[in-house]
Amino acid sequence: MSTLDKTPTAPSPRPARPARAGSSVGQLASDLLRSRELAVLVVLLALVVVATIKSDGFLRGDSFRDLLLTPSILLMLAAGQTLVIITRNVDLSVGSTLGLCAYGAGEIMSAGHSPYVAVVGAVVLGAVLGAVNGTIIAFGRVPALVVTLGTMLAFRGALLHWAGSDRVNAAEMDPGFLDLGTARIVTIPVLTIIALVVVVGVGYYLRTSRGGRELYAIGSDPDAAGLFGLPVRRRVLGAFVASGALAGLAGVFFAARYGGVSSNAGENIELQAVAAAVIGGVAIFGGSGTVWGAAIGAFLLVTIDRVLPILGVDDFYQQAVVGGLILGAIVLDRFLAHRAERRLARDREVTA
Amino acid sequence: MSTDTIERAVDQRTYASYARPLLWRVIATREFAVLALLVAVFLYSRSSIEGFDGPLTLYFLFGRSLPIMLLALPMTLVIITGEIDLSVASTMALTGAVLGIAFTEWDLPFVMAMVVAVGVGLACGLLNGILIAYVRLPSLAVTIGTLALFRGLAEGFLGTDTIKGFPEKWTDLAKQATSEGGSYPIVLIPFVVLAVAFGLLLHFSSFGRGVYEIGLNDEAARFTGVDIARTKLVLFMLTGAVAGLAGVYQALYAGVIRSDSAIHLELQVIAAVLLGGVSIFGGRGTLPGVIAGVLLIAVLNSAMRLDGVRDDVTDIIIGCLLVASVIAPTLLTWVSGLARGRVRRTTDHPSTATAPPTPSK
Repeated sequence: MSTLDKTPTAPSPRPARPARAGSSVGQLASDLLRSRELAVLVVLLALVVVATIKSDGFLRGDSFRDLLLTPSILLMLAAGQTLVIITRNVDLSVGSTLGLCAYGAGEIMSAGHSPYVAVVGAVVLGAVLGAVNGTIIAFGRVPALVVTLGTMLAFRGALLHWAGSDRVNAAEMDPGFLDLGTARIVTIPVLTIIALVVVVGVGYYLRTSRGGRELYAIGSDPDAAGLFGLPVRRRVLGAFVASGALAGLAGVFFAARYGGVSSNAGENIELQAVAAAVIGGVAIFGGSGTVWGAAIGAFLLVTIDRVLPILGVDDFYQQAVVGGLILGAIVLDRFLAHRAERRLARDREVTA
Repeated sequence: MSTDTIERAVDQRTYASYARPLLWRVIATREFAVLALLVAVFLYSRSSIEGFDGPLTLYFLFGRSLPIMLLALPMTLVIITGEIDLSVASTMALTGAVLGIAFTEWDLPFVMAMVVAVGVGLACGLLNGILIAYVRLPSLAVTIGTLALFRGLAEGFLGTDTIKGFPEKWTDLAKQATSEGGSYPIVLIPFVVLAVAFGLLLHFSSFGRGVYEIGLNDEAARFTGVDIARTKLVLFMLTGAVAGLAGVYQALYAGVIRSDSAIHLELQVIAAVLLGGVSIFGGRGTLPGVIAGVLLIAVLNSAMRLDGVRDDVTDIIIGCLLVASVIAPTLLTWVSGLARGRVRRTTDHPSTATAPPTPSK
């Protein structure tokens, strides 16, 4: 990581993350060069380049569309997960929420309502489920890991109870809605564009708004944030509501993309969402990380899945590679944090 | 932090707990609540669900739940230190895969294959332990990583293959639920042995006291001479080894090895431990409570299965039970506070419950 040393100015006395808005262009550039997001992006691009060299069709036609389309579901979940993890919580119920909302959207359409009602219904349902989590966690003052583990089981059970062995088929959904799953604007799938707009919105909120900065403060030290007078409960509740609503939107994407929803929709995806955030540099103990990182992490996870067979690695090993990446990412974090600490200590000696 | 505040807080707590009669203090414990619930569910099932106490039920009751029950034991210790291990189910899958490969492809004698498999489980725990205890990475992130890594290796080794054809002597042993005549569930023997061993380790050894101290306050534990890193390493290795045993048992019980065996089991294990009264923040919880918790889940599962209740409802009930078990203390304090005409601010977290952090001067 030689880029770390290329700071043009005197060594900055604090680690660059999270970057502050309104700094000079030079500062911004050096922040960017040091960022974890860039490192993950480089890995992602390298992967795409190698895959393109090995296989001509990789960036063409359906393959290219899939490369952008498949991550859009995970992107929504990773964005919500970032909001929650920054506050030093975690939301393991997003996969079940996704399933419930996807099925709900399908049911609304098969009852003859318009797809707009279905989308709004799914997002509202997701927000309500998120509010259940958030209320228990913020007002019951109990650990998110336990609560969302419980609601993960409960929501999935509710879906199984509701759907049984039934499934919503493509024929029952609005054709216009299903087209959304494949529609493109200038070769970019519409779902991907929506997902990116949401990610930019969440990123802008986190970086510039008061509420966003307070989420970081809460995650860094919940007790101190409370003593300082920040609305800790309201913010944590808000983060869970947002995570639920985004999982609801992801459910809509799921229904549109796959054209059918059964009761196992979104199973196991919650750990992928957490993994995307962790790989993208969102610290699991809160207080740091960006939604950009989580988004790139989500793209990386899905791309690996497609690239491994091209590279000649048996794609049964995909999970193992993902696991290795997560471990590599957190070891790198530890190493960089250690470096930053040493640099701080050195600076202090020089000035003292 | 002013010592004044702490002393006052401690005084209040002590007073509040000892002012009550002994019986009430016993009834108010988490262990008692879970045990009472277990007994109630058991008695209800016996009286109203046909065939609940037949030998076949014991087989389903304990045979299917044995891996969860086994893994809950080391997991209890891990969570009491304030850490967590999400990789146990993946470790089980990996040890199962290794068992199958060692037996069919390397042509090892079956006993050797089992030893190798348990060794692989131990090695998985060693990897977790080194990264958590010595590289000092957060266990939640490490074990999410190894969850994917171990499962991925199992999938890579096996692909879509299934391996079967183990010696009948061993599969029969795993499947034999009860003694001759069906009076004793012998499938429980490994659980009882391990439960006693972990109970002694946690509640009657200095190692166990270290486990609690680390969970309550690791700085203080360091000053009292607890080797935190070594304790955590040992705990994760024990968890890995037990997961190896559970993986071998699972393979023999099912008679077939697939890469997706025991999927999502880690969440049920953690649910059982937390239900049994272990605090996710560490420092609190007892093994008897956890044993009542795992038995409660096992009995609920099997009673509802016998009663024709679908798995989904079981999931809903276990999920709600888990959530209820964590908010119950908060609700109870709130209600009793209302009854006394004031609401006290309390949490599950011992350090914030006693006194809010005061800026040091």
